[in-house]
Amino acid sequence: MPTKPDDILAIRDLEVHFEQSGSSLSRLLGRPSGTVKAVDGINITLQRGEVLGLVGESGSGKTTLGRAILGLVPATSGTITYTPPAGEGVDIATLKGATLRSMRQRLQMVFQDPSAALNPSMTLETAIGHPLVIHKVASGEELRQRVIASLERVGLSPAEQFLSKYPSDLSGGQKQRAVMARAIIVGPELVVADEPVSMLDMSVRAKVLQLMLDLKRDLGLTYVYVTHDLATAKFFCDRVAIMYLGKIVEIGPSDEIFADPKHPYTKSLLKAIPDPDPSKAIPRDLPRGEIPDAARPPKGCSFHPRCPMARNDCGWEPRDLKSLVEEHWTTTDLATFEREHELVGHLVELNTSAGEVVVEPHRGKGSPDDVWAMFSAIKDARPDEPLWRGVTSMEKTPAGVKFVFAPSSPVNLRASGASEVACVLYPSAP
Amino acid sequence: MNSFFGRLLAPFRNTTGLARWILVTGLIITGTFVIAAIFAPILAPYGFAQMSVAGVDFPKTSPPGPGHLFGTNNQFYDILSRVIWGAQTAISVVLLSVVLSALIGVPLGLLSGYVGRWTDRILVFIMDALYAFPSLLLAIVFAFLLQHSIGSGVISAALSLTVIYIPQYFRVVRNTTVSAREATYVEAARALGAKNGTIMGRYLFSNVIQSVPVIATLNAADAISTLAALGFLGLGIQPTDASEWGYDLSRALQDASAGIWWTGFFPGMAIVGLVMGLTLVGEGLNETINPTLRKRRFRKVTLPPRTPGREEVGS
Amino acid sequence: MSAEPIVRARDIRIWYGTTRGPVKAVDGVSFSVGKAEILGLVGESGSGKSTLGRGLLGLLPDGAAMDGELTFEGVDLLAATPKQRFAYRGTHLGMIFQEPLTRLNPLMRISEHFSETLKTHEPSISKAEIERRSLEVLRVMGIPPSRFSSYPHEFSGGMRQRLMIALALVLRPAFVVADEPTTALDVLVEAQIIKILHDLRNSFDTSLLLITHNLGIIAEACDRVAVMYAGQIVEIGAVDKVFADPQHPYTRELLRSTISLSTTALHSIPGAPPDLVDPPTGCAFHPRCPDALAICAVTRPIAYARDGGAPRSGSTDVACWVASAKSGTVTLTPAEAAPLPREELADADEA
Repeated sequence: MPTKPDDILAIRDLEVHFEQSGSSLSRLLGRPSGTVKAVDGINITLQRGEVLGLVGESGSGKTTLGRAILGLVPATSGTITYTPPAGEGVDIATLKGATLRSMRQRLQMVFQDPSAALNPSMTLETAIGHPLVIHKVASGEELRQRVIASLERVGLSPAEQFLSKYPSDLSGGQKQRAVMARAIIVGPELVVADEPVSMLDMSVRAKVLQLMLDLKRDLGLTYVYVTHDLATAKFFCDRVAIMYLGKIVEIGPSDEIFADPKHPYTKSLLKAIPDPDPSKAIPRDLPRGEIPDAARPPKGCSFHPRCPMARNDCGWEPRDLKSLVEEHWTTTDLATFEREHELVGHLVELNTSAGEVVVEPHRGKGSPDDVWAMFSAIKDARPDEPLWRGVTSMEKTPAGVKFVFAPSSPVNLRASGASEVACVLYPSAP
Repeated sequence: MNSFFGRLLAPFRNTTGLARWILVTGLIITGTFVIAAIFAPILAPYGFAQMSVAGVDFPKTSPPGPGHLFGTNNQFYDILSRVIWGAQTAISVVLLSVVLSALIGVPLGLLSGYVGRWTDRILVFIMDALYAFPSLLLAIVFAFLLQHSIGSGVISAALSLTVIYIPQYFRVVRNTTVSAREATYVEAARALGAKNGTIMGRYLFSNVIQSVPVIATLNAADAISTLAALGFLGLGIQPTDASEWGYDLSRALQDASAGIWWTGFFPGMAIVGLVMGLTLVGEGLNETINPTLRKRRFRKVTLPPRTPGREEVGS
Repeated sequence: MSAEPIVRARDIRIWYGTTRGPVKAVDGVSFSVGKAEILGLVGESGSGKSTLGRGLLGLLPDGAAMDGELTFEGVDLLAATPKQRFAYRGTHLGMIFQEPLTRLNPLMRISEHFSETLKTHEPSISKAEIERRSLEVLRVMGIPPSRFSSYPHEFSGGMRQRLMIALALVLRPAFVVADEPTTALDVLVEAQIIKILHDLRNSFDTSLLLITHNLGIIAEACDRVAVMYAGQIVEIGAVDKVFADPQHPYTRELLRSTISLSTTALHSIPGAPPDLVDPPTGCAFHPRCPDALAICAVTRPIAYARDGGAPRSGSTDVACWVASAKSGTVTLTPAEAAPLPREELADADEA
C-alpha cells in the first residue's frame, strides 16, 4: 500500500497471536490449549509529529500493539511500514537480527514502571549512555558529554550529580526522566510511551507529561501513547484509538472522540472516569461484567455482552444466556436459586457460540416444563435485557427449551463524522 | 568506585544480631586457616614430608611435647607441620574447584535461562543427571579417571570436585535468570537494540550472581569434606605431593585402638574447624544477601513525649 | 450522621525506627468516622495514609511504635491486648486490600475461604449457616451463587476484589478500612467497585475509611475527605466543601495538578514531599507552598474550624496559618505574616 511522504508509520492488517498453554496436563503434553489474538487486524497510519493515543483496558491489546511497532513481539501477519525522513519504507514486521536492532535508533520506548525499566546495578551514566555504546555511536569523552546533555535535557541537572547514581537513589519521577533520557539519546523519531505516568504520583504526572511535550517540540518526536487513562489521553493526544479485545472500536481526532463519542464502549469509558468534581453524580448505568477471556472472544461485536445499547444483530450467543441466568441468581432468594440450580445444573451446554441451543433438565431432575417455567420467569422479570433482542425464538421441545439466536452483522470500522467506528449502530454511509 | 564498595558492604552493615555474629565467627575461623595456608612455609616448623632435621630422624608416633607440639605419626612426620601444610592443600584445591565450577556453571545457567527452549532442556537434563549422583561417588569416579591422565596432584583433585559443584551454580543461576528475563529492564535493553550477548552480560549477569557467593562458600565447606573423603579412600593427593588431612586420618585409623589419639585428632579437628568456619560464613552471607530470608528490619523506636499545648486538626 | 462516632482517633503517631532515625510516618493525626459514613483518606505515596490505615487495625509490622487515642464504639483499642485486638478484627473491624489475588489462597475454594473466616470467629457455626451468610454477602456483591465452590483463579480481577470485599463483610464489621481497593483494576470495573463501596452503608450499615491517591474516587464515593501530607492531616471536611473551595494550599495545588477530562493546562507542585526522618519545621508543606508566610517555617499551624467554633467532628478543619489568618481565627504579627522568601526548586528535586 502506498504511503504519503509525511506518514512515518503505516500498520496494515496487523495480527499478533499468542499460544496459550492451559492446564498442567496439556502443558506436560506440549499441547497449546488456545490462541489469544492479542492484536486482531489493526490498521493505523501515523503521521510525522503526531501523538496517537492507544486507549483501552487491560487485555485490549494496546500494549502488545505498542511493542509490535518496535518489533519487540513478532507479528503473526500484516505489515508495519516505517518510512524514514528520506528513503524507502521498511517493513518492521519482517525484520530480524541486526537490521531490526539497528532500527531501534529510530524507534524507542518508554515503560510504565520506571523502577523496573532501569537495570538496578547500572549507574545512570552507564545506563543512559548504553544505547550509544550498543549502536557504536560514541565512546569516551564524547559519550560522557552526550549523556550529560541528555540528562540536562530531561531536567536532571546538574547532570554531574546524577551520573554516578543508581536507580534506587532516585524518586519515581526522576527515574522516568532517566528512562526518557535513555530513549532520546540515540535521536529517535518515534517513541512508544507505554503508560509513562500511570505509576507516578498526581503532582508529578503533569511534570513528566510536560517534559514529553517539550521533547516532542524540541526534537520533532512522534509519540504513540499507550494508556488506560482517557483524561491524560485527551490532553496529550492529537488522535485517539479506542481498543477492545485486540480490535480498534473507534479512532479519530481527540476533539471529536471526546466531544462526540460514538461507540457505546467509548461512551461507557468516558462515563466511568472518576471525576474530582463532586457535583457530578456517581454514574449508575455502567456496563456490567468485565473484559471476556481473549482466548474465546464473544461472537460478533466483542463488546455486545456488556453493551447497554446492543441490538438483535450484535452477535448474541448461548454463553450470554448463561451470564444472564447467573446474574438472575444473584437477585433471587436462596431457595429459588437452589431449586433452579438443581434443575439446570451449571448450564455447561451453554458454553458455546452455536446459533441454537437446547437447555435440558440437569440429570433428569425436573421436566422440560420446569425449565420452560424458569426461563419464562427470568424473561418476564427482565424483559428489557438486550439479550432477548438477539433471541429470535424460545420454544419448548420434548427434550427441553430451545433457543435460536439472531445472526450477527459485520462490525468493521466505518467512517462516521471525522472518526471511524466499528459498531452496528453506525452503518457505512450509503 | 567508592559507592561500589559501599554497596558491597551494605548487606553486612544491615545485619544485626545473630546473623552478624554467625558471619563474624565464620570469618575469624576461616581467616585463621587461610593465614595458615598462605604463610605455611613460615608457620610450619618442618616440611610436610620431612622425617628428620639435621640428619637426626624424628621419633615414630611420639606424643605431643616440646619438640613436636602435636606429636609425630607412624611415618615419622611432624603432625603440626602436616596440619598447617594441609590447610594450604585444602584451601588451594577448594578455591580452584569453586572458581572453576562457578566459571562453568554460571555462564551455562545464564545461557540456559535466557535462551530457553531446547538449549535449556538439554542443559537441564545433563545437570540434573549429574546432580542425581551421590557427590562422593561422582568424585571418586572422576578422581579415578583423572589419576590416569593427569596424575593425582592438587589439580586433579580440584577438577574432580569441580564436576560435582557445577550443577549447583547452574541451577541457581538458571532459575534466577528465568525470572529476571521477564523483568522490564531486560525488555528495555532489547528495545535499545542490545544483542543477546550484551543483555546477558550487562543486564542479567550482575543481577543473577548475587546468590553465587552464598553457594560458593557452602560448596567450599562441602568440598573440604569431600576432598578429605577422597584422601581417606586413598584416591586423593599422594602424601609426597602435598599434605592432606583425609590421608593422614586414614593412616591414623589403626593408631586409635593403640591409644595413640594425636595422629587422628589434629587432622580431624582441622577438617571440622574449616568446614564449620566456611558453613558459618555461608549461612551468615545467606542471611544478609538473600532477600527472601532478609525481612525488612525496623529498629525499636520509642515515641518522645509530646510537646504540650499543641492543637490538633480534626478530632 | 449520628452524633456518636464509630471510630475516634486523637493525636495518633506511628513511627518506624530505621538506621537513619525514626520515620514519622504518621505524626499527630486526629479524625473520627461516624456511623455509616465514608471518610476518604487521600494523599500521595509516602504521605502515611496506608500506615495510618493499617495502624487503625493493629496490622503494623514489628518495630513500629504507635500512640495516641483510638476508640472504637467507645472501647480503647490501643489499651487492648493483642488477643482482644485480634478478636475485634474481622468481627468489628475489617480490611480490604489492594491486590486481591495475593490475599486469596489459590488452593482453597471460595466456600472454604468463607467457612474459615466465619469459623475463626464463631467456632460453633453450622455449615448451613455458613452457606446462608456467605451467599447473602456474595449476592450483594453481584457474584452468582452457582460459583460458590469455584477456586480464586476462576474469577476475573474485578470478581476477586468483590470476593475480598465479601470476605471482609461476611462478619458484618461496623468499620472497614479499604486500602487502594481499585488500583489494580480497569476503569469500568473500578467504577463498579466504587459503586459497591458507596452502597455499603445501605446494604451493611458499615462505616468505611477509603484510602486512595485518586481524588476522583474520593469525589464519587465519600462523604468526607481527609487530605494527608507528610504524616499529618492538613485538611478534613465534607467532600463537596473541600473540593469546591479548598482552604489548605496543598489541597488546592493537588486538585489543580490532577489531570481530568476538563484539564486544559498542566499544573504541578514544585519540589518533592519531605523526608519523614527529618521533616521541615513548622508546616511540613512550607518549602513547596506558594502562599507560605514567615511563621509557616517556624511554628506548626493550629487547626482552625472553617465553619466556626472549636474543631469538631463534621466540620471542615484546616491546619494552615494563611487560612487561619484569612478567617480571622488568629492574628499574626506583621513579622509573622511576611511572605516567606522561597528557594528556587529545580525539576530534578521532584518526587
